[in-house]
Amino acid sequence: MTLYANQAQADLCLEFPSGELEVREALAELICKLKGMDLSADDIGSVEVVLGEVLNNIVEHAYGTQNTGLIAVSLKRAGHVLRFHVLDEGGNLPSEGLPDGRLPPLDGPLDALPEGGFGWYLVRNLAFDLAYKRVGETNELAFSICCEGHG
Amino acid sequence: MKFDCRETSDLLFVKVLAERIDAAAALKFKDSLREFTGQAKASHVVLDLSEVGFIDSSGLGAVVAVMKLMGSTKRLDLAGLTPTVEKVFRLTRMDSIFTIHAQAEDVNKLYKAG
Repeated sequence: MTLYANQAQADLCLEFPSGELEVREALAELICKLKGMDLSADDIGSVEVVLGEVLNNIVEHAYGTQNTGLIAVSLKRAGHVLRFHVLDEGGNLPSEGLPDGRLPPLDGPLDALPEGGFGWYLVRNLAFDLAYKRVGETNELAFSICCEGHG
Repeated sequence: MKFDCRETSDLLFVKVLAERIDAAAALKFKDSLREFTGQAKASHVVLDLSEVGFIDSSGLGAVVAVMKLMGSTKRLDLAGLTPTVEKVFRLTRMDSIFTIHAQAEDVNKLYKAG
């Protein structure tokens, strides 16, 4: 079975089972391929941070620990914009859609410091044109990341 | 996940010998650091991240959790942030919560100077 139907149009695509270690391996493979696409180390770092958050969100929340399924990532490059599509067949996002991704407050006492809530903030900070839709049993998330190329 | 721990009378250096502190590694990282900092006599801990090329929000949360577990009587500094790790700390403003040294050895100089 394949999740992503338009592989021929993508510059890069990868499909793998949901899981924390599978995400780690998939990221390593994607980053390795990105290194051949004339991107700066800073650009590649941004992609790794955003994809890491998006993919681990799918593992933890869409599929959760009880379920398994496939995750598909594809990338289409247009000049200085990298457009990603990420598909999964896990549970859908809440009706309010993508989280705002506000930075949790850091000004409280030590024991009130946040240990989570950074993920969507990082995604929204480094990516733009985020779009989420539920198509049948599939979640489709698209986002773009600007790249400068080698500086 | 491996670590290199070195303790002097004032300081405990913990070097993370792993490329990633990600969702798959965060729990092991937190448990190991809890053990090291709990056993140490030194009240000043320096976490050397110079071998770590990537951290995600789970890893960042684990570093914050370790600092909170150490309480107000012990101090946790960070050292040797690589570019992507530095970016994550800067964007989340966690660089304002931790004292960050360019290299772990720089902390020794603070004690010698003082």
